[in-house]
Amino acid sequence: MSKFQFPESIKSRPVYGTLEPRPGKAHLFVADAEGAEAILDLAAASPDLMAGAHIIYIPKGTDFTEKLRDLNPAQFYEGPTYAASVQRLRHVLENAHQGLQVYLTGTEGLMGQAQNEAMQAGIPHTAIQTEHRGSVARRMQCVHCKGITEDVITDPFVCAHCGLNLFVRDHYSRRLAAYQGVCIDAEDPGNVPEPVELYK
Amino acid sequence: MSAAPQKAKPGGQQIPVVVSAVVPLNDLVTRFEFQCRDGGAFPPFSGGAHTVVEMKDGDLTRLNPYSLMSDPADSSTYAISVRREDGGRGGSLFMHQRVKQGDEMMISYPVNLFSLDLRAKKHIFFAGGIGITPFMAMIAQLERSNGNWELHYACRTESLGTYVDVLSYKYPNKVHIYYDDQNQAIPLEDLLDGQPLGTNAYVCGPKGMIDWVHAAASAAGWPDAQVHSEEFLKPEPGREFEVRLCKSGKTITVGENESLLEAIERAGVEAPFLCRGGACGQCETDVVKADGEFVHRDHWLDDDQHASGEKIMPCVSRFLGTLELDR
Repeated sequence: MSKFQFPESIKSRPVYGTLEPRPGKAHLFVADAEGAEAILDLAAASPDLMAGAHIIYIPKGTDFTEKLRDLNPAQFYEGPTYAASVQRLRHVLENAHQGLQVYLTGTEGLMGQAQNEAMQAGIPHTAIQTEHRGSVARRMQCVHCKGITEDVITDPFVCAHCGLNLFVRDHYSRRLAAYQGVCIDAEDPGNVPEPVELYK
Repeated sequence: MSAAPQKAKPGGQQIPVVVSAVVPLNDLVTRFEFQCRDGGAFPPFSGGAHTVVEMKDGDLTRLNPYSLMSDPADSSTYAISVRREDGGRGGSLFMHQRVKQGDEMMISYPVNLFSLDLRAKKHIFFAGGIGITPFMAMIAQLERSNGNWELHYACRTESLGTYVDVLSYKYPNKVHIYYDDQNQAIPLEDLLDGQPLGTNAYVCGPKGMIDWVHAAASAAGWPDAQVHSEEFLKPEPGREFEVRLCKSGKTITVGENESLLEAIERAGVEAPFLCRGGACGQCETDVVKADGEFVHRDHWLDDDQHASGEKIMPCVSRFLGTLELDR
C-alpha cells in the first residue's frame, strides 16, 4: 500500500491531494517510485489523458516502468535520479504553453523540487496537482549550514554536510523544496534523543 | 509604537480636486480630468486602480467608482472616462450634464482591486466597451517597463470605439479591435491557445463577456489565478424594505432606488466602504436577524456565506422583508 495519511500539522506543511484529470492540451507527469501507482490509477480512470501525456519517471529501485510504458503516453522518459531528469523537465516547461497540466506524485522531495521548477516557469502553485505515494522520507535543509540532506527518514538525524544533530520540523519552504532541520543539542551538546523513524 | 493603521473615515481619505478638463470622446463617453486643488501631486497609483467620485446632487450625495485611466507615471493629473447610462441611477448623467471645467469635487484615494500580476510572462487584455478604461492605465504602466502585452477590444461600432484611434496609432501591432456591427468577434479560443506558460489574462466589460472569458480559459486548462476580471456592480433597484441598525439604534427604510449602504449613510450612520460595487469586501456587515429573503448580488461572499444568511454586502445586495444589522 503506497498511500499514507499524514496527520494534521502546522499551516506551513504541504497538503497533498489525489490526482484528477483536468482539461488541457498537454499533461506533464513527474513521478518517482510508488508515484507510478497514482499515474496508473489516474490512467485507468481517464485513459484519454495518455494521448497528450509526457511522463518523467524516476524508479528509485521499483519496477513500475513497464506498466507505465504500457499506458502508451505520448512521451516517456525514465531517469536514474531527479538531478539527471531536471534538464528534461526544464526543457519541457520552457517550451510549454498555457493550459499545460502538471501532475506530481511520489515522494515529498520529488514533488517539492518539481513544483518549484513549474512555479519558476510561471504556473501558480495552486494550479499544480500533487499526490503523495510511497516513502514518507523528507528532503531537509540544515538551517545552520544550509546543506540539503535527501531522504531523511529518522528524527533526529545527522546533517550530511556539517554533522550537527538536527530535529525534523514541519516548517517547510516552497522555495527550497525542503523542510527545516534545527540543531537539537545546541544548549546541551551530546544530549541527543534516540532517532525514531518518522511517523512510527 | 506600532499600531494598526486607523482609517480616518469610511471609504478612505478623500482628495480635493478641481476638474481641469472635460473632453467628450463620442456620443456616450466623456473624459474628466482632475488636478489637486492645492496644485500638488496626486498619490501614485498602479494600473487597474479606481477612485470613488463624490457628486453633490442637491441633497443627494452620489459616490460612484471609476477606473483611473490616465498614465500612472503622471502624478499631476487623474483622469476617468465615463459612459453615459441614460437608464442608470443618475451618476453618469450627473457627470455628463452637470460637471464642468473648473468645478471643485472630492474623489477618494485610489484603490486597486484589479492589478497587474507582474510575475506574468505576458499580459493579454480583453476589453468590452467602456471596459477599456483600466487597460489604458495598465498599458501605460507596462510600456514604461517594456512589458509584454496585447489588447483585444470589442466595441459596438466604429463611432463608439472609445480610444481606438489613440491605441491603434500608438501600438498598431499590439492592439486588435473588433466591431460588433461588422460581425467581428474576439477569437477567444484561438487566442487562449498557444500562449507562453505564465501568461495572465485580464477581462473588463459586460458580465457576459467576463463569464465567457473565465469559462473558456478554464476549459482550455488555464489556472484560475491567472485570469483576472473586474466588474463593478451597480446597486439594482428593488422593493422598499425596512432595516433595524442595532448598534446605532435606528430603524431605516431602504427606498426602491437606493442601495442599503446609501440608506444607512442617509440615516447618518457611518458604514465602511471602498468600491461600492460588490467587489472589495470592505462593507461586509453581520446580520443579527433576518425575516424574509436575501437578494445577494456581490462578488465577495461565497455561496456558503450567501446561504448562511449571516452576512450581507450593503453596497449592492438587498432584502425582501425585515432585516436587523450589526451596524
